[in-house]
Amino acid sequence: MNRQDEYSDLNASFRFSVLEFNALFTSLLEHFEIWAPQRYAARGRFSDADSIGYGPIHSPNEIVFDEKSHFSSKEAVFPVSETMFDLLGDEFVQAEDAQRDILVFARPCDINGIERLDDIFLRNGSVPDPYYQRRRERIRFVLMECAASFENCFCVSMSANRTDNYIAAIRWNSEHVLMRIRDKTLLSLVPDNASPAEFIPEFVEEDREPIGLPNGEKLEAAIRDGSLFEHDMWEEYTARCIACGRCNTHCPTCSCFSMLDIAPEPESGFGRRRRVWAGCHIDGFTNMAGGHAFRKDNGSRMRFKTMHKIHDFNARFGRHMCVGCGRCDDHCPEYIRFAHCIGKVTRLLESGDHE
Amino acid sequence: MSMDLNVKKATRNAFRITSKRGMTCIRIRVPGGHMAAGYLDIVKRIATDFGNGTVHLTIRQGFEIPGIPFERMEEVNRVLRGLLEGIEAKLGIEIPDWEGGYPAAGTRNVSACIGNRVCPFANYDTTALAGRIEAAIYPNHHHVKVALTGCPNDCIKAHTQDFGIIGQAEVEIDPDRCIGCEACAVNCRRRVTGAIEMRDFRAVHDSRRCIGCGECVLKCPTRAWTRNPTKYYRVIILGRTGKRNPRLAATFLEWVIEDVVLGMLRNVYGFIDEHIDKSLPKEHLGYIVDRVGYPIFRDTVLKDLDLGPKGRIAERLDFHGYWYERDCALK
Ligand code: SF4
Ligand code: SF4
Ligand code: SF4
Ligand code: SF4
Ligand code: SF4
Repeated sequence: MNRQDEYSDLNASFRFSVLEFNALFTSLLEHFEIWAPQRYAARGRFSDADSIGYGPIHSPNEIVFDEKSHFSSKEAVFPVSETMFDLLGDEFVQAEDAQRDILVFARPCDINGIERLDDIFLRNGSVPDPYYQRRRERIRFVLMECAASFENCFCVSMSANRTDNYIAAIRWNSEHVLMRIRDKTLLSLVPDNASPAEFIPEFVEEDREPIGLPNGEKLEAAIRDGSLFEHDMWEEYTARCIACGRCNTHCPTCSCFSMLDIAPEPESGFGRRRRVWAGCHIDGFTNMAGGHAFRKDNGSRMRFKTMHKIHDFNARFGRHMCVGCGRCDDHCPEYIRFAHCIGKVTRLLESGDHE
Repeated sequence: MSMDLNVKKATRNAFRITSKRGMTCIRIRVPGGHMAAGYLDIVKRIATDFGNGTVHLTIRQGFEIPGIPFERMEEVNRVLRGLLEGIEAKLGIEIPDWEGGYPAAGTRNVSACIGNRVCPFANYDTTALAGRIEAAIYPNHHHVKVALTGCPNDCIKAHTQDFGIIGQAEVEIDPDRCIGCEACAVNCRRRVTGAIEMRDFRAVHDSRRCIGCGECVLKCPTRAWTRNPTKYYRVIILGRTGKRNPRLAATFLEWVIEDVVLGMLRNVYGFIDEHIDKSLPKEHLGYIVDRVGYPIFRDTVLKDLDLGPKGRIAERLDFHGYWYERDCALK
């Protein structure tokens, strides 16, 4: 799904005043559905707290530029809940998808996160997932530059701090907007009198607290001989984790889902299949896609997640699943730090204590 | 020192008559039980310069500073200016005489649980609303006790007050964000009223059973549940302790907005003026209502108030308590 080739010949940067940017945005809306991190005022977990999440927007003022969104951009391509098909008697009706292209404003970790989802949904089996694919094909990214890393971010440690997968990049401040444009449609919308600028997006190059990843060979060895699985470091999480599932639902790369079937009504014959997000830490599923067996104690779930995020996925796709966005750490009500857990595995392997 | 003291005047000025002859105790108000830490300096100063160097924390979240000789009341009042200006006047309360101390003491300090500035369960900012209520009803000489609590856990024990204001959240579900994890439904069934049912793998709300505690919002991992930003309140009334008939407050109103709470509290004073038994030295609101009857009380305090589309009024008050004189169960 990389469009680098398509982008390479086009490359122009501009400086827009806020007014000019608003005008450009209005013309963008004619061509795209636009998704961006936005504020759901007073709709947060606690009263009077906001939630920042992804959804369609209609004005550039809705974009939250200066905070990390609570939920990731994955909803733009992998909805929380999606109808796959309806049954009407003997008829099978596949749910329709909209037609418009979607412009998603996203940070490097989020764009990298969607690339991880691409691996799973498009490159995992012999056939790409059609529901994912048809939506994914409509999506283009506007890269939101991160001026500095936010609390709990460790994208640099996960090599997910950079991306080239965007048709426009944006640096925002309250007076003006710098924008690099690499797409014909977008470029055609820029007025002739727009001020050119020299702008190439920069990426965060240092984590506030770098996470040492485990040495690959040692990790393989410890997995093979079972010493890491047996280790009592996971027991701590059995005691601490409450299986609330937030680390899964806020994660840009958690891709598990459940199929939920509404059995056909005897009278009308109406039935429906939906799929909804699932997660290794969420209770209540028996039919998790991907064949992961139901893991009962919360320490084992933590172990499973850790292995998946920093080993198993990498073994298959050649890059880590975790992009280091830190949202699991931002939202865990029990203050469990996934980044810390990775560091523990690393130190354990270095010290050899697992043997 | 021999002394001729207008006891009523002193009491109305927030100075208590105490068990020690010649000694008083000043009652400091802290609306909502929350204030800038700097005001503790004034409390400390009064205690060390005029009192016996100790401070008592009251159940109403004020301070009582004991061991003050009556003749030093005026000096204490001059120091109190700092609190009157910094706390009461900032809430919009008119202070008739800056150096005259508290203008009334009958309507007690409006107390509050810590609310949403700290507590995850809270459905509103109890401290801020306590300030607005203080501004609506103080100064007043009638004895009225109001307490605010952020959720039905009622950590402030509003059930023992004349008026308890409990935060209610109108919770709303976005079915398209529900993943059917059942966390909200299981929790509501176990800990609250069972107002959520799972239907076709989706949480379905039964608003008739819902008490607006907001727990489902706390539990939901996807933000399928959210609170409507409009704040609602359950008003419980006429709980009390005391030597005749202690009882827990009963629900009077449900799902009313702040304007109704403030309007109702303002109207209470007219009701008391009209119906209090003036032959008694003191008659508490609960006993007045017991005498006059609920319908008159209800109609007076809700006069001209629009309860809005969600507001509901109790048909009758259902109290749980006992009468000391009738309690014959003990051997
Ligand atoms: S595991 Fe945590 S840090 Fe890694 S991508 Fe998911 S939410 Fe972000
Ligand atoms: S967010 Fe924290 S408590 Fe909740 S499931 Fe994840 S690790 Fe456990
Ligand atoms: S009453 Fe509710 S909101 Fe207030 S402190 Fe207790 S739990 Fe928190
Ligand atoms: S607000 Fe409380 S009572 Fe109402 S549905 Fe949610 S958990 Fe249940
Ligand atoms: S907690 Fe949220 S996601 Fe889970 S069943 Fe309830 S509404 Fe649905």
